Amino acid sequence: MAQPTTAPPERATGPLTYDYVTRAIARTLGNPGRGYYVLLGSAVTLLGIGIVCLLFLLRYGMGMAGYSMPTYWAIYITCFVFWVGIAHSGTLISAILYLFRSGWRTAVYRVAEVMTVFAVMTAGLFPLIHIGRQWFFYWLLPYPNERGLWPNFKSPLIWDEFAVGTYFTVSACFLIMGLIPDIAAVRDVATGWRRKLYAITSLGWRGTNEQWRHYRPAYLYLAALATPLVLSVHSVVSWDFAMAQVPAWHETLFAPYFVAGAIYSGCAMVITLLVPMRKLFQLEKIVTVHHFENLSKLCLLTGMIVCYAYVIENYVAWYGGPTPERDAFWYRAFGRFWWAGWTMNICNAFLPWLLWFKKVRTNITALFVISIFVNVGMWMERFVIIAVHLAGEPFEPYVRAGYNATWADWGIMAGSFGWFFMWFLLFVKNFPAVSVAEVKEELPAPRRAAARHA
Amino acid sequence: MKLGNPLAAIFHPPPTPGVLAVFGHLDAAVDAIHQLKRDGHKDFTVYSPLPRHELEDALAQPVSPVRMYTLIGGISGCAIGTWITLYMSYDWPVQVGGKTIGSIPPYVVIMFEMTVLFGALTTLLGIAFNVLLATRHQGTIAYDPRFTNDKFGIFVPASRAQAAPVEALLKRCGAEEVRHG
Repeated sequence: MAQPTTAPPERATGPLTYDYVTRAIARTLGNPGRGYYVLLGSAVTLLGIGIVCLLFLLRYGMGMAGYSMPTYWAIYITCFVFWVGIAHSGTLISAILYLFRSGWRTAVYRVAEVMTVFAVMTAGLFPLIHIGRQWFFYWLLPYPNERGLWPNFKSPLIWDEFAVGTYFTVSACFLIMGLIPDIAAVRDVATGWRRKLYAITSLGWRGTNEQWRHYRPAYLYLAALATPLVLSVHSVVSWDFAMAQVPAWHETLFAPYFVAGAIYSGCAMVITLLVPMRKLFQLEKIVTVHHFENLSKLCLLTGMIVCYAYVIENYVAWYGGPTPERDAFWYRAFGRFWWAGWTMNICNAFLPWLLWFKKVRTNITALFVISIFVNVGMWMERFVIIAVHLAGEPFEPYVRAGYNATWADWGIMAGSFGWFFMWFLLFVKNFPAVSVAEVKEELPAPRRAAARHA
Repeated sequence: MKLGNPLAAIFHPPPTPGVLAVFGHLDAAVDAIHQLKRDGHKDFTVYSPLPRHELEDALAQPVSPVRMYTLIGGISGCAIGTWITLYMSYDWPVQVGGKTIGSIPPYVVIMFEMTVLFGALTTLLGIAFNVLLATRHQGTIAYDPRFTNDKFGIFVPASRAQAAPVEALLKRCGAEEVRHG
């Protein structure tokens, strides 16, 4: 395989140089070693399991999934909300922190953005799996049926389709925009077939003043458009639930609660992805403890908002009066699915308190472990909100069949993790996973005066 | 009669003769830009591996027209969002949830999403179109792969006869390397 760099950079001390940054990032495109292939193999295996389960589901119908009255939204919708949530911190880090001029984002934003695009791609599969007759997916498009009836634009499900579709398109545009100068940078140090690949995908970028003149404001406008978009998308996802009359769903709190939860889970996922990536690709000097500390501060902030939302939710159920609401929260804590409710409380509301300690925030192993727990907890939160509250809803007491997820549910969920990690791993090895141009912006520019001084 | 290939004319315009200078230091490149402007050069090209305010200030270029693309795209997106929701509601009126047929508050979501979608897509079109035009205007000019790594570059279009004073100027400003392109 063609190696993109000629000499691996080794500069132990002193500030980083432009050349070091280009070469260190170009080196991630070389041979990543056995650990990478083990991870990629596991991801593809998981995806294979998911595909087999999906084929069974297609052949034998939705009866294979554990749906039973009244729980008709379960693991698939849980996974949809989970993956859309994961996507959110990517745009937060790349767009919102860009508008705030946070310098530390430069080293981590590409990973976050890639995560966003692939997570929305994963999320988009689940409504399609969930509809049962997947071959009629085009019924989701806003066109009239054979009797001239149009879709109902007062339904939050239609809003969701527009929101997630727009989010995927805009975040993919934003990712590609950011990639162009960086692909050009690796093109100019690469050899062989990679050079050809990057020559095509960099779209003729040379960093001329005319290019930068149009690129800079365009990037800014995309960031400015993506900022309200990211806040709207998960609000719209939360209205899928909040607009319905199910107890514990019908809450005005849902939009900010979901947005904070989404960014919380997304930041945790960025940490989960960055820790092994930094090790595998030897990016320790570019992605430092400082970046992890800032990410964990974001986790801490959003984790505290989530913790507050849990408290308020329970308080309002008790204080607000209607008994179905109280019953729903009693069922969450002490009903058949008590384990899910408590996993969510412990992982999301109690565990982030550890991040108040600087010792924990600067310990990468500890952060990795916490981030895994947060991922589990946030998945469980969506499971509790969707499946558990439907199973415990009080309107049809005669159908308390409960809900039992089947192997088809779990298999397809595992497949979604395989699908996501496979794309992510393929991307980081083949395209610059850290921004070359933007990391350089944070370094002192080479000047004659400084050179003379040295 | 032989017709020229229009795509080749856009993507591979004929080469422009000129002088290419490679700078290792940002302030040297900024100096050179100032001096070139003082000597009346207008259509030179500056390469940089990253956007720097010093270069932008020295070049003092007009504001990019991309913002008009974003604005027009956003407004049309909002209009399309308004039109599809209201038209589709009144084309087959169905009363839902006791609300009026064309109820604006729930449609704001669609209008907003369409604003963002069209705004983003036209921004992309705007940058692609403008950069393509600029490249077409420049022609094929000399380049060095170090310009995306750690060097700054200036290309001044000049015929062989005019090249000597430009070359001297660039060297005086601290160019590490000057060559004819």
